[in-house]
This record gives sequence, C-alpha cells and structure tokens, in this order.
Amino acid sequence: MEEVRLHGFWPSPYVYRVIWALKLKGVQYEYIEEDLSNKSQALLQYNPAHKKVPVLVHGGKPVAESLIILEYIEETWSQNPLLPADPHERAMARFWIDFGQQKCRTFFSFYLATEEDKEKETKEVLEILKIIQDQALGDKKFFGGNKIGLLDLSFGWLAHWFECTQEVVGIQILEHSILPRLYEWTVNFKEEPVIKENLPDSSKLLTHFRWLKEKFSSPNPK
Amino acid sequence: MAEVKLYGWWSSPFTHRIEVALKLKGVEYEFISEDVRNKSPSLLKYNPVLKKIPVLVHNGKPICESLVILEYIDETWEVGPSLLPKDPYERAMVRFWAKLLDEKCFPAMRNAFLSIGEEQEKAKEESTELLKFLEGTLSGNKFFGGDTIGMVDIVANFISYWFIIVQELAGLQVLTKEKFPKLCEWMDEYLNSDIIRENLPHKDKLTAIYQARFLDAAAANAAVAGGGGSPK
Repeated sequence: MEEVRLHGFWPSPYVYRVIWALKLKGVQYEYIEEDLSNKSQALLQYNPAHKKVPVLVHGGKPVAESLIILEYIEETWSQNPLLPADPHERAMARFWIDFGQQKCRTFFSFYLATEEDKEKETKEVLEILKIIQDQALGDKKFFGGNKIGLLDLSFGWLAHWFECTQEVVGIQILEHSILPRLYEWTVNFKEEPVIKENLPDSSKLLTHFRWLKEKFSSPNPK
Repeated sequence: MAEVKLYGWWSSPFTHRIEVALKLKGVEYEFISEDVRNKSPSLLKYNPVLKKIPVLVHNGKPICESLVILEYIDETWEVGPSLLPKDPYERAMVRFWAKLLDEKCFPAMRNAFLSIGEEQEKAKEESTELLKFLEGTLSGNKFFGGDTIGMVDIVANFISYWFIIVQELAGLQVLTKEKFPKLCEWMDEYLNSDIIRENLPHKDKLTAIYQARFLDAAAANAAVAGGGGSPK
C-alpha cells in the first residue's frame, strides 16, 4: 500500500475538502500541519507553482489544488463513488464545482467589505447563493443527490466557514428565512458523520477569521 | 444517431478548443455561430448561469465551460485519440496545467496585451514566470501530451496563436525563441499538425479584431491617465 500524506493548514476549507474525501473513501493518511508563514521545504518542493496547501503526496508523487486532488482521489480509490457515473451528470457536477471556484472572489470581497461596500457585496453574494440553491441544488437533499458527492465537498465551506465570514461582516445571509433549501443542505451536510467529526473548532476559526480580515485590511497587508 | 451542436464564435480560442477536440475524435457536429454582443435565446436557454460560449449540446443536453466540455468529449467518445491519459496521477497533472493555463496564464497574458505602465510590467513578469513553468514541462516531448496532442496542448492553444498575434500588435517581447526555445518548437509542431492547421481562424481577420481591441484599450488607458500615460 503506497503512503498517503496530506500537507495542510487547520483553518483551510480547501484542506478539509481533501480530508473529507479521504475519509469517505476510507483511505489512511498522514497529516502534516504547515505553518504558512514559514513553509516547509517539502511544501515548496511539492508545489513550486503555487506554494499552497493542500498538497496530497501519494507514493512520493505530489498533487496540488484541492479540486484536482478530489478528482485524483475519486479516480484512484473507486470505493464509495463521489461523482455520478453518467458523463452528462458528471459534466454538470464539474460545471458547478467550477462555478463555485469562479465565484470565490465575490465571497472574499464580501468578507473584506467595509461599511460602505457591505450592501453591494451582500447583494452580490445573495445572488450567487440563490443560483447555487435554485439551479445547482434544486429539490435534492444533497448536491450529489441522496448522498454527498464531490460537489457537496466543494461547497462544504458554505456549511461552516461561511458562518464565521457572516459573523465577522455582521450580516446574515445564509439562513432559513432567506435561503431555505440551501440552509437545510448546510444542516444535512454537517450531520453526515464524516463531516461532523472533521470540522475545525468554530471559535478558533472565528478568531482566525477576525485576525485575517484585520491583516488584509491594514494599510500594508504584506 | 447522436446529435451534436456547438455554440461558439469563430475568433474565440475557447470555441476553437472544442472544435479541435471534436474533429480529433471524428465527431460530426453542427456549428452555430453566436455573437456574444447579441446572444440568441438558445444560448441563454442552454447556458442560463454564465451566458457564455462555447456550449456543447449533445442530444439536447448542454455542457458548458471549455475544460468541462473537453473532459465530457473524452469520456463520451472513446474512439480516436484520448485527450487525457488513463493513469490518475497523469490525469491530475493534465488538470493542473489546464487550470494554470486558464486561471493564471490567460489573464496575465491578456493584461500584458491590454494594460499599460506598472500594471503591464507586472503582467509581463507574471506571464514570463508562468511560461517558464510550461517550458519546463516540455522537456524532450513534441507535445504536452507526449507524442500526440492532448488536452493541455488544446487548452494552451491561445498561447500558440492568439497571443503571438497580440504580442506583435502590442510590440511585446514576452514569448521569444531566445527565451522559450521549447515552447516555440511546440508552437510549430502544434500549429502544423493536421487538424489544427486546417481549422485555425484566419490570421488577418483575427489581427483586425485584436488591433481594434488594442486601440480601444489604449484609448481607455489614456483617458484614465488623463492623457499622460505612456504605453510600455
């Protein structure tokens, strides 16, 4: 059995996508916590292009970028499939995974919003969440249908990390009165045993999010 | 008989990727020209979320986003050359480079063409760094896909043809034979291979479009700078 190692950083939702996928597939792995202010030689060697986490190293070979790692895990370990078998449904899952990725910047702008920007940023985020709820999720319990799949994992950050974002900004968008089906999805998602048992501590995360926002908002963010 | 339609635009490198993939696989398709300045009801029906081309419609079902479409084509039509390798690790590498090309290279190279001053210098530097990574992956191989064209070659199409045209228009020296000998060799191989050579958009027509865009951007930049900005 070839060795599996995951280089990660505890507050990162991207790292958790990979943790969830590995656990859903029952894959044993070693976790290595990276200090992003002092990146290890191993990380820089394994991901020279982006120098970021997560990086999955399987039998000494590194795979970087969380969404690419998810597809790699899906193709390497065939138990508990996380993508549909039908090519068109797979394409739809990949489309929505890509959509979520493309819209990251909007959520980031919301997170960093000043008092003046808040209304505008909130409106943009709400629009995207409505599209995700109405068109990606529809009437399904999970994005993957009756059970969670890669698309659920890719949106997983909405179920936990986004709570902290909203807390820091001081505006609640993802709640039952505004986005009922998407809100229910967050509840169902977090009830899944693999997810429930693998989430960073909420109060630690909130502290981190507040600190990070100050760091990004300061006059000399670097 | 499967019905395949491709909604696209003649000058778009993203549309071109799909045409190349379909032709490599020998798939018959109907091309429907979509002017994105005047989108048809069909396009808006098939891609209501992003409203962009290309869109592949196979037996009435739409697939959007060029990288998603390329994977769909490879999975659906198993005849003809494979666009992605079979090995999961090599597939991950292909996806990594395709993503880098679309998310980093394309915007950097577009900015290098359309911006001025400090922003342009930064875009030129970023483009150069990214091209170095690509140059490194080509060692010894004719194509990014090895001996035959694969998904990375197809996704890198904008470098091989579109960027060369705009680079000349803007007087840039980002992608040169001296700096990137392997990439330039790859460009020759890619552009001269059968399917590609027969299906490139007309160079003069393409040059005219980008010339207009370059002039528009230069005017916009000059207006922003109060008429005082100097290009590169």
